Amino acid sequence: MTTSNAVASPPTSPVRRLATAFYRHPRLQLTTLLAAPLGWLVIAYLGSLVLFLITSFWHLDHFSGNIVTTPTLDNYREIISDPTGIYRTITLRTVAMALLVTATDIALAFPIAFFMARVASSRTRGLLAVSVMLPLWSGYLVKVYAWRLILSENGVLNWVLAPFGLQGPGYSIQAVWIVESYLWLPYMIIPIYAGLERIPNSLLEASSDLGGRAGITFRRVIVPLALPAIVAGAIFTFSLTLGDYITPTLVSNTKFIGNVIYDLVGVAGNQPLAAAYAMVPVTIMLVFLLVARRLGAFDAL
Amino acid sequence: MTLPRWVSIALKVTTVGVLAFIYIPIGIIIMYSFNASKVATWPIESYTIDWYVKAFNDPGIRSAVLASVEAGVGATALSLLLGSLLAFAVHRFSFFGRQAIAFIVILPLALPGIVTGLALNTAFRAIGIDFGLMTIIIGHATFCVVVIYNNAVARLRRTSRSFEEASADLGADTFTTFRRVTFPAIRTALVAGALLAFALSFDEIIVTNFTSGAGIQTLPLWIFNNYQRPNQLPLVNVAAVLVLIISIIPVYLASRLTADPTSIASSRS
Repeated sequence: MTTSNAVASPPTSPVRRLATAFYRHPRLQLTTLLAAPLGWLVIAYLGSLVLFLITSFWHLDHFSGNIVTTPTLDNYREIISDPTGIYRTITLRTVAMALLVTATDIALAFPIAFFMARVASSRTRGLLAVSVMLPLWSGYLVKVYAWRLILSENGVLNWVLAPFGLQGPGYSIQAVWIVESYLWLPYMIIPIYAGLERIPNSLLEASSDLGGRAGITFRRVIVPLALPAIVAGAIFTFSLTLGDYITPTLVSNTKFIGNVIYDLVGVAGNQPLAAAYAMVPVTIMLVFLLVARRLGAFDAL
Repeated sequence: MTLPRWVSIALKVTTVGVLAFIYIPIGIIIMYSFNASKVATWPIESYTIDWYVKAFNDPGIRSAVLASVEAGVGATALSLLLGSLLAFAVHRFSFFGRQAIAFIVILPLALPGIVTGLALNTAFRAIGIDFGLMTIIIGHATFCVVVIYNNAVARLRRTSRSFEEASADLGADTFTTFRRVTFPAIRTALVAGALLAFALSFDEIIVTNFTSGAGIQTLPLWIFNNYQRPNQLPLVNVAAVLVLIISIIPVYLASRLTADPTSIASSRS
């Protein structure tokens, strides 16, 4: 006896039919998956950024205090012609600070990352990785505030330095350098560590077999191979310093790009000019990202 | 590779030094939160837990903690949905614009926070949305989505598809396979991502500053608005330690959930 249903056909519930439709039409599956996140990214995020860019071509009517929406290049003209030189000074100061912090963090991060990746036992390595990672994720404002207490007149730093007849930097531009370097250090350690760990042992052995001493192996093999990872870390240290307005506010009286943008919105109420000036760090960052991509940093992220 | 002796000693010393540099400020703020004196002078003369009791009863701090938790949970839930959907789409399909999406999703981390904050602020004003909890959640979700997305994509890459194929061969439909095979495989990655997203949201201040309204204050905002008031100093210290603890515990748990702790750290990048 033969039956037409050798295999029992599954019950056809609406859910089952939908599942079949998804299976047969991958495009339908993709559309369903993408609709919400794409809507979010394009409308909520990119939409806001584009609108922000558009407002940089509006301007504030100084007599009425209203924002006029006829497009004009006035804001950009004001920033570029810069009669008082204030925008140029602050931009250069901020970029110099971001570079200095990045250099400081590379110098501090490389030895510990190297120790973690190539010297420490696997147990120590795990412990160190967690110790570096915990502060990366938590307490940005808290850390700046802690430094505010440490650097204060009667703070820890002056107390430590006093026996040597020295004094801490107090609230100053040097304080900003210390605190920014402190804040973003883990962002440099982690990618360098990951980059150094990926270097195959065979390459280091080959170098020493060919007569390269430790110093030469370091310069000619390790550093070039770790470069993308260093640049990846630099994306963070540089970008985070470039836009930070909290640290300069808490530990100095010096203005950086972030402070000027903040004041233009909050104090002057000139949102269009703030938007135009914000394009300066955005442009710097985009150039930085393009260079970073050329150096292979995106693969090291 | 064999290192000269002085090099390995120097590496050890630097490692210890850098770790001390990272942790001493955190230790100091914790000590200050127990300082009996109302002014922050060093060394601390005597210790007390009074400020913790006061902070617990302070209506400002209580509502700020509540607001931070609400914002953190809201932003985490929203980004869990969006980030995991996006991870599946990018990992499982190739389509026009895939690379562009993978780039846009990490943009909130590469652009300075003040730009994201100000752009959202401009958009909310233009549309006429009232500033409040909802706008904070939207602001935090911009960078929380990245965290979930990176965690989910990293796990999907490591998960073999042969189990899903076996499930389908055995007669399971798309949904059953997802429920019984795919989801259990990526569950811990999603939980870890959610914990990290919550931690990020809980201590965020830059974007929050531009997306919160007059009526709502998260705990970091409360600190930012009070740190200059001398009579609030002891409570600010306690609030700072609270932020630290509430954001560090989820990160620690997340690191336990994934085998390789650095995979979490790099999920931020």
